[in-house]
Order: sequence, then C-alpha cells, then structure tokens
Amino acid sequence: MANHKTHITREHLHYLLTEMIRIRRFEEACVGLYNEQKIRGFLHLYNGEEAISVGVMQALTEQDSILATYREHGHALARGLSMTSLFAEMFAKMEGCSGGRGGSMHLFDKQKRFYGGNAIVAGALPLAVGLALADKQQNRNNVTCCFFGEGAVAEGEFHESMNLAKLWQLPILFVCENNLYAMGTALAIEESNQQIFTKAASYGIAAQQLDGMNVVDVEAASHLACQAIRNGAGPQFLECRTYRFRGHSMFDSQQYRDKDEIKSWQKKGPIVQLGHWLQDNHQIDAAQIEQIEREADKEIEAAVNAALAGRDEPVGDLFKHVYAQEVNHD
Amino acid sequence: MTELSYREAFKAGIVEALESDPRVFIMGEDIGDYGGCYAVTKGLLEKFGKARIIDTPLAESGFVGAGIGAAMGGMRPIVEIMTVNFSLLALDQIINNAATLRHMSNGQVGVPLVIRMACGAGKQLAAQHSHSFEGFFAHVPGLKVLYPGTIADARQMLKQALDDPDPTIIFEHVMLYNRVEEYDEHQAIEEMHKAVVRRAGRDLSIFTWGGNLYKAMETAEQLKKHGHDAEVVDLRCLRPLDRNAIIESVKRTHKALIVDESWKSVGMSAEISATLAEEALYYLDAPIRRVCGQEVPFPYPEHLEMACIPQVDDIVQAALEMLGANETAKG
Repeated sequence: MANHKTHITREHLHYLLTEMIRIRRFEEACVGLYNEQKIRGFLHLYNGEEAISVGVMQALTEQDSILATYREHGHALARGLSMTSLFAEMFAKMEGCSGGRGGSMHLFDKQKRFYGGNAIVAGALPLAVGLALADKQQNRNNVTCCFFGEGAVAEGEFHESMNLAKLWQLPILFVCENNLYAMGTALAIEESNQQIFTKAASYGIAAQQLDGMNVVDVEAASHLACQAIRNGAGPQFLECRTYRFRGHSMFDSQQYRDKDEIKSWQKKGPIVQLGHWLQDNHQIDAAQIEQIEREADKEIEAAVNAALAGRDEPVGDLFKHVYAQEVNHD
Repeated sequence: MTELSYREAFKAGIVEALESDPRVFIMGEDIGDYGGCYAVTKGLLEKFGKARIIDTPLAESGFVGAGIGAAMGGMRPIVEIMTVNFSLLALDQIINNAATLRHMSNGQVGVPLVIRMACGAGKQLAAQHSHSFEGFFAHVPGLKVLYPGTIADARQMLKQALDDPDPTIIFEHVMLYNRVEEYDEHQAIEEMHKAVVRRAGRDLSIFTWGGNLYKAMETAEQLKKHGHDAEVVDLRCLRPLDRNAIIESVKRTHKALIVDESWKSVGMSAEISATLAEEALYYLDAPIRRVCGQEVPFPYPEHLEMACIPQVDDIVQAALEMLGANETAKG
C-alpha cells in the first residue's frame, strides 16, 4: 500500500476530482453536439464510470499500452489526449486523433500508446495478449492495460485471452467495467455466474472485485496490480462494479431498467462520492468545485470551437492507409 | 539445383526468417512438440526454442489476435492456422482488426503479420478440412493474399510477406506438400504482387494459382499434343490482384479459361471473369470458361472428392471446346 498512501494528498484528490469532472462535462457536451448533429454515428457515453479510467490511469506509465472499448472518451481524456483531438475526431475532421477516420468508437493515439477504441465486444482482448507478448519478448517491463465491459465476458475471446494471458504469464492488467447491463441485457439474464472476477480467477489470474465508484479504491488497487505485474506476477484482473447513468447509446430508451434504480446509483456516483467526502472533511468547498466545473466548461468550449474549425479530409485521400503503400486495384 | 519438396521449401523459408530477424517468431496449434500438423515446422522447436516456436491452445481467435497485437508491438509474427477451415473461427480478428487498424487509426497502427494456412482438397478430409477460401480473404481491403504454386515461391514468398508492412495471408495447398521439384537457390522470385506467365502461348490463356498451377501446366502440355499453344498465368497474389497481367494475356491469346478449386459462384473466378468483361471484352474471341469446384460441401469418398475439384482432363476438355468453337466460327 506504500505507493497508494504516497498519492493521497489533497492536491492529488483535487486532481482526481478535476479529471472526473472534465470527463463528465465532456460527455454532457457530446449530448448537445449529437443533438445538433455535429457528432454522428453511434455515441456511447461514460457518465457514472469515470472513477475507473481516472483511477487506473494513475498507475500506468507513458510506456504502458492501453486498449479500450467503444465507450472510451473517458479513457482517452484520462490518458492525456486533448479534448480538441477528440471533438475533432467526432466531427470527422482531419485534426482528430484518428484523422477523423474512426469517430467516437475508434480513438487512437500511438504516441500515447492508446490503441483504440474497439467496437467489437471483446475484440481488443486478444490484441492485449499480443501487445503484452511483444513487450515480454523484447524484455520491456511494461504493462498492457485492457478495459472492457462485463458483456465481453460472455464472448469466447474473453476466455481465450484469459487462458493465454495466464498460460504465458503476460504483463496485462485486465479491467472489467461491470455496469450491470450489456447494452440492455441485465447481468442475471446473460451470465450463469454473475461473479465476474471468479471467471478470471478460475484461470489462475489474481482477480478481485472492487467499488468502481470509488476512485481512490480503484487507484489503490491499480497501483498494487501494476506493481505485481512489473514484479513478474503475471496478469491481474480488476472487476470494477459501476453503473452507467445514461443509455447504452443515444438511441436507448432504457425500457430495461427503472428510474429509481438509476437515481439510487447516481447518489453514490464517483464525482458526488469524492466531492462530498472532500467537503465533509473540509478539503474543498462548493465554490472550488464550481470553479473546477467552470474551468472544464471553458476547456470544452475552446476545444469545440477549435475542432469545428478543422478540415474535412479530401475524397482523394480515401485510399490512404488501406495499406502502408497505396495498392493499385485497376 | 536441388530437389526439394514443398514442405521443405516452406520450412526453409521459415528457418531463414527466424535466423535473419530476431523479431520473427511463429505460433500455432501443434507446431512445436508435435512438429506441425503437416510437419512443416518439424524440428524447429529444438533448433529455436520455446520463446520463438510457440505451441498455442486451440483458440484461433485468441492466438490470431495475439499475433496482431504482437505485430502492433514491434514483432514480426508468423501465425500458422492448421487448416483454412479453422481460420473461420478467427475471422473477427483478421477482418475487424488486422485489416482495419491502419485505415481506422489514420495510419498510426500497422499490422505486419503473416498468417500461413493449409487448404485445399485431395486428401479425403471431407466437408470441414478441404476448402479453398482464398476468395473470402481476397474480398477484404487491408489484407494481402498470397498463394504460392511453384517451388521457388514456396521457398521465397514468406520473406517478401514478412518484409511487407501489412497483414498477409499465405495459403499452402495440402496436395503440394509432398510434391518434389527442382529448386534453383540462385534464382530470385518475382515481386509478390505480380502475376507471372509460367508458360507463354498464343492460343488460349489459362488463369490459375496455388495448388492448381501444376494442373494448368499439365493441361498446356496435353494441348500441345493437340497442336494448341496455351499460356499459363500464375495469379500468385489474389489481393491485390494483378489485373493488368490478366488483361495483357488475353490481349495476346483472345481466350480466357479460369481454373479455381473453390466454388464457382461469387468467387475468384467470377472476379477474374468480371475484370475481363469490364476491361478486355473486345479482345475476347470466345466466351470465358471456368473450371471450378462443384457447389457442394466436400464429400469424403475419393471418387466423389475427385469429381468435385478441377482435374487435368476437365481443363483440357474445356480448352479444346473453346479452341474448337473458335475454329468452327472461323470456318
């Protein structure tokens, strides 16, 4: 726990709160931009789950690799991708982090070792196995961190990846964001065993379940897990229990859950939880929180304006990057 | 010149790759202790060790995805899939990840991966081990699809595929493994994206690749006895397809016969025919003919399996009909 304690300063807690608020306000801005049809395609928001990406990211170094899902705005922001590059991506502009090629579900930044943005459920898990294998074979003491939802656990690729990761003792941090619904299907309807972390444990992987609404808990567990991985203990698995406050995507009328359930989870949301704790312990006051929110909104406004000024990719570039060198099909 | 089996040629290519580049490793089912289902990797585990010759569990999606990830991470993996039929379990990784990552990430993430797989009929392996799915893969932008049909290509194409920055699939026809041919180690092969005229001729073009190339060459010999001079074009790279070579050959011969072991409908033979219809229709003196696999799941009995796939006699007959029809028309 040494690592964890050293980080628990007031400044650090303020930083965690600020990061979570940035993500929350960013996602709320996306709602408006989607309604204005500036963002198109599918849009999956991270409201309610911010503590997980923010907490885990504190344990990763610049050399570590990250893979995420189609609900990955929070991970990208927590990793340090700029708001402008994200908005530009969602506005399909060349200045986007993926050149506008991917949109909301496919955020990439190789410099930051952020390997997407994968819209196939469980599709990134085998890639994480491979990235970690490459690190191991090249004697690099890095961690590959792979985020996925509990819906991925029903896929064969989840089980194949668990087996390979442990079999080859690979340096992977698996982070399951268990928000209780795979799109609109509740955990009890899709899993024979709803204790997700036990599935990883059955492969011999060190696995635990934790409160994904508590950013300090997530950060502490991530530090310990990454420390173990870097010491050669092999893959580690965190099941973070959480809840998504908004629908699966912008097309979700949420018939599958009732409003009281959403409200009860909102009361223990990651931002109110940390905000209240800091206020109760006189580590922050309401005015300071409002100030953080205003700063986030200013950052968002500037980023949206910068992104809107971005360029559309010329149609002539369509075939660029299908292959490293353009291939003639005529 | 040395005598070499295709199995030995494929293996020598792998050994050369492992010896010349520390980033290269190979993984797949039963490639280590067992020595490979078709014995291509026999002895490599002893020579190169467990870190570079990796036996995988039966998890095609998992280990193909791991190959993609390792390629993203700076390695040059060779993934062996025991048979093309098992690759269907890994289509998600091959199509949704390997083929898309470069374009979707705006060129940031490349996948320099080689996937080798055995395929094709002729060993009475029935309806789940005998197929030719190169057309499926050749359909997908982002992939490259190679199908060596000569001993030199079998020996040397792997190096070109590993040097290529994009995901490349190499098919190995199971009926070629035991075939022995003369190999000239000093003769370099043509660049992998190019079709190659294996036998020049004036009367008819036969287009084929991989495991059916030798049948086309035998056909040409038989046609010679009938006084016809057939050209054989080896389409050794099915994506990107060397359409120019197809068109140029037809400009010379004015007749096109396509030999494709896979099903006729919606496959490579249809693609080649469409290319000729679009680009070379007025050079054609006779309707295009196709000798393809019969449209059934592969049967187990030997005589039925043989009836399913192109045989030299079928190709010769089709060619003679085309040549005869033309002579009649002339007359």
